[in-house]
Amino acid sequence: MTEPGAAATAGARWAVTVDRSRCNGSAICAGTAHGRFRVENGKSRPVETEIAPDEAVLDAAESCPWEALTVTDLASGTVLAPEQ
Amino acid sequence: MTTAEHPAPSYPFGPSEGLDLHPRYAELRREDPVSRVTMPYGGEAWLVTRYDDIKVVLADSRFSRAATVGQDVPRMRPPIESENILSMDPPDHSRLRKLVSKAFTVRRIEELRPRVQIMVDELVDDLLDAGQPADLAKTVAWPLPVRVISELLGVPKEDRDNFRTWTGLALATGNETTPEQIEEALNQLLGYMGGLIVQRREKPTDDLLSGLIQARDDGDKLSEQELIVLAVTLLAAGHETTANQIGSHVYQLLTREGYWQRLVDDPELVPGAVEELLRHTPLSVGADNARVALEDVEVGGRLIRKGEAVVVMPLLGNRDASVFERPDELDLDREKNPHMAFGHGVHHCLGAPLARVELQLALGTLARRLPNLRLAEAPADVPWRRDKIVRGPSALLVTW
Repeated sequence: MTEPGAAATAGARWAVTVDRSRCNGSAICAGTAHGRFRVENGKSRPVETEIAPDEAVLDAAESCPWEALTVTDLASGTVLAPEQ
Repeated sequence: MTTAEHPAPSYPFGPSEGLDLHPRYAELRREDPVSRVTMPYGGEAWLVTRYDDIKVVLADSRFSRAATVGQDVPRMRPPIESENILSMDPPDHSRLRKLVSKAFTVRRIEELRPRVQIMVDELVDDLLDAGQPADLAKTVAWPLPVRVISELLGVPKEDRDNFRTWTGLALATGNETTPEQIEEALNQLLGYMGGLIVQRREKPTDDLLSGLIQARDDGDKLSEQELIVLAVTLLAAGHETTANQIGSHVYQLLTREGYWQRLVDDPELVPGAVEELLRHTPLSVGADNARVALEDVEVGGRLIRKGEAVVVMPLLGNRDASVFERPDELDLDREKNPHMAFGHGVHHCLGAPLARVELQLALGTLARRLPNLRLAEAPADVPWRRDKIVRGPSALLVTW
């Protein structure tokens, strides 16, 4: 996995996606990364799809049992989480 | 509101008989969905009974589990909450959860399905060998999750009886067990795990425990105490819940006309049936696991003030008629089933994918191999566990 510190260089942007076909609506992500995900009608969606680096969003992606969340570094396209 | 002159009603509202749910819950859901109760220990708490409100309490970061640690908060049992993954808030909770979440993803757990199937078949062989009538709880329901979590974690076979005994005592409600006995059992579990970690550190094996030791020793991701407590929590939570649910699910199916036959006739019904059984079947004896409001929060039209505690039981949401039609009916064909048997929010059960695989394979295999399975005694004569926070039959005598 790319070190979060390395990605968190000035001006870095992350893309956050939720695969709604996998999402089970457990709200683990919404609780882990406060204010970053909203669970509606049993499915999660990112509040913003492009964000400044935020460690808690990586935690959320690593904690999803369905591996429905992906965090990508926008500039490089590198998947930051979940770890494969 | 209640006052000192009018203390809130005592909770629980009555004894937990079998899988019965006290009728007071449904009344409260209609009349007073966020209500005051006096818990067995720690005084008064808010009890929430509606699906949406329970989700708020479980997922909103203004409700804290960490604020209960070391505090005399309202609760079901004597012990004061200590620090463990179930009593942490993010980001500490996330730090520990990340260390184990990879081992419990749906994808990884599905890879274990063939191994779990072998274990189920061995245990059903044991049941057949035991002769009729046989105790399904003792022969299948309990050994399966114990073997699965032991193998996953790396706990030796010969230690299983000990940790089962200690876990049973550590999770007593305290009606027939003293606080000292509960604490002693917990200390025995912690001491045992501490010793096992010393052994694994010297001779690592390919299992979750050795992986966690590596995360501590090479990555400094958790303290030694956190490592020991996390391993004990995985071991206890990994078998106590599923073992009781297997027995309760079989009981639920065998005590309803035609239900078992439906699983026999249609194996594809099993996954959906498991979800419905999870939704409908009581697991804990009462609402507990208090959350403390970190600021004033309105829930279901009630103001919960900063510092006040809320107790929850997901089952109460699973029986909310505004979400589930005919909520008290076990409907194996229920299509929309967004139950929260595994909780909601950051503490959503880590082992949920594993529990699902174990339940699906246990019920599916029993239906396939024992199509004529039935209770060997009247439903009312089935004995239930006493003095335990997790409900389930203490024995389930069956014939086939």
